[in-house]
Amino acid sequence: MSPKTLYDKIWDAHVAHEADDGTCLLYIDRHLVHEVTSPQAFEGLRMAGRTVRAPDKTIGVPDHNVPTTLDRANAETMTEDSRIQVEALDKNAKDFGIHYYPVSDVRQGIVHIVGPEQGWTLPGMTVVCGDSHTATHGAFGALAHGIGTSEVEHVLATQTLIQKKSKNMKVEITGHLKPGVTAKDITMSVIGETGTAGGTGYVIEYCGTAIQDLSMEGRMTVCNMAIEGGARAGLIAPDEKTFAYCKGRPHAPKGEDWDKAVEYWKTLYSDDDAHWDKVVTIRGDDIAPSVTWGTSPEDVLPIDAVVPDPASFAGGKVDAAKRALDYMGLTAGQKLTDIEIDTVFIGSCTNGRIEDLRAAAEILKGKKVKDGMRAMVVPGSGLVRAQAEEEGLADIFKEAGFEWRMAGCSMCLAMNPDQLSEGERCASTSNRNFEGRQGYKGRTHLVSPGMAAAAAITGKLTDVREMM
Amino acid sequence: MEKFDKLSGIAAPMPLVNIDTDMIIPKVFLKTIKRSGLGVNLFDEMRYDRQGNEIPEFVLNQPAYREASILVAGDNFGCGSSREHAPWAIADFGIRCVISTSFADIFYNNCFKNGILPIVLPEAERDALMEDAEKGANARIEVDLEAQTVTSSDGEVYHFEIDSFKKHCLMNGLDDIGLTLEKAAAIDTFEEKHATERPWV
Ligand code: SF4
Repeated sequence: MSPKTLYDKIWDAHVAHEADDGTCLLYIDRHLVHEVTSPQAFEGLRMAGRTVRAPDKTIGVPDHNVPTTLDRANAETMTEDSRIQVEALDKNAKDFGIHYYPVSDVRQGIVHIVGPEQGWTLPGMTVVCGDSHTATHGAFGALAHGIGTSEVEHVLATQTLIQKKSKNMKVEITGHLKPGVTAKDITMSVIGETGTAGGTGYVIEYCGTAIQDLSMEGRMTVCNMAIEGGARAGLIAPDEKTFAYCKGRPHAPKGEDWDKAVEYWKTLYSDDDAHWDKVVTIRGDDIAPSVTWGTSPEDVLPIDAVVPDPASFAGGKVDAAKRALDYMGLTAGQKLTDIEIDTVFIGSCTNGRIEDLRAAAEILKGKKVKDGMRAMVVPGSGLVRAQAEEEGLADIFKEAGFEWRMAGCSMCLAMNPDQLSEGERCASTSNRNFEGRQGYKGRTHLVSPGMAAAAAITGKLTDVREMM
Repeated sequence: MEKFDKLSGIAAPMPLVNIDTDMIIPKVFLKTIKRSGLGVNLFDEMRYDRQGNEIPEFVLNQPAYREASILVAGDNFGCGSSREHAPWAIADFGIRCVISTSFADIFYNNCFKNGILPIVLPEAERDALMEDAEKGANARIEVDLEAQTVTSSDGEVYHFEIDSFKKHCLMNGLDDIGLTLEKAAAIDTFEEKHATERPWV
């Protein structure tokens, strides 16, 4: 047998039909849906008189729109149009009989956090969702990618996706991370290196000792931002840590099925002599705590750097950098650690898991948020929230002056009232720093949870290593 | 879905790189549960000020480009989220073709589901068409999907590559789901085998 990559193996195990030109029907094991990209798809099914082919493989949870304030049980906290979307999902879930976690359920949360938490996401699976950060699930060695609404409808109706195979890219992070450097810094550094289009046409497999060192939470953070690097999906080969994370989750296999599954999962790795279309190697020891300065995730630098001069770029990027500095209100040559911020957001599917909250709380312990700053923690799911309360993290946040919110996407994309106002500057643990992403004319600096906590204390972008 | 074969129209130049889906259709417009009516909000934050007045400098607000049916864009167009609202807004505005050096993967796929042709050309050719587009309403660009060519206003012809299956569906306005359901037997067979081999799925 010719050597295969992990991607090749998962792909081959899911081709339900292949046409002469290589167009495949890829069978989908898990389909996650949320309220923003699914209403038109369910409506399409209804109009064509179709049903959901595999409702038991379809999981719904509202997350993008839902308020994260403590009084959200009161439907009036939602704007009319948000409420319509959430109610549409409630109804569609019921009508089509899919698994569902409504807003009132403690297991509700960001779809990419709920999936793994409930054991829906398992190694070797194909996972799709009408959301680009579906890449997150690749941390389990599952082939996971975002799809558009027409494709959501296609998967609902057929449990397959029309796909052509992507190319294989290996991103190896060698060595070990230094203290204060996290999975977020790895994934941002990779994008800084390859650019936001560097992964276009590829599925990335992250490997190397620094990746193996990471917890499952950290691996999810890395894969989450594969999409910011343009890749169709990110993957990490499953290992003992993966199996340990999955074991005992509500929808993970049990008994004999578990043993059979693990036996299979152990075959899911890239063969030594497998072919790679592109290889990127980064020394883990060289990665520093990172921060974005511009309006594209590729605008990333180590925290001890200065704001770059647009003239130092080439091609269309020169104008884009000029526009970014203007938008961000920064000047070339300014030290990143001199940039003052007024908001801190800890949350999102990138950094809204328990380990992220632990890392932030570690820095915040016994400290206070700088006067006049707005700081909020939005746990990724109701269960993360409950666990953080149990571990005493919630108290640390509250005592420091953070708002302690309910689960949802919140200020990651600001579809609910959690928004930046014009000109406000935020240190955010989310994944996108696009213009207007966190609110009209809001300014976003992407950072790790520890860096966000450090910034909350000083009121400036801060090197977390100085606070450890 | 609307068929696409030939298109002759005005092309609007948008040289900015990394035009993301948040720029194409800001999230406040994602709260709809319909597919239609998003054209007025295409590029909303670039196109209107906070009071809802048009920003005259923005390309699609200029008289020459109000009727544009083609966009010539900077690298990596459509990066960001999976929102199909982006191509819905583009199509609703009346744009049927976007030309760039590269597109984000999900956006690229989404275009085909909505009768929009995304064309990838090498940088030099895209730049030449960008210059052509900058001439305004007098410069019409022609696109021929069958022949896989783009012709500039001065008759320069550029060939582009496209996946044969995607081309076929776009030219015939075919519904993917209908096509896939014709292969239901293959899906059934696969599903059975998959369930036996991997019962935990
Ligand atoms: S947290 Fe942000 S990136 Fe993640 S699914 Fe929600 S909106 Fe998308």
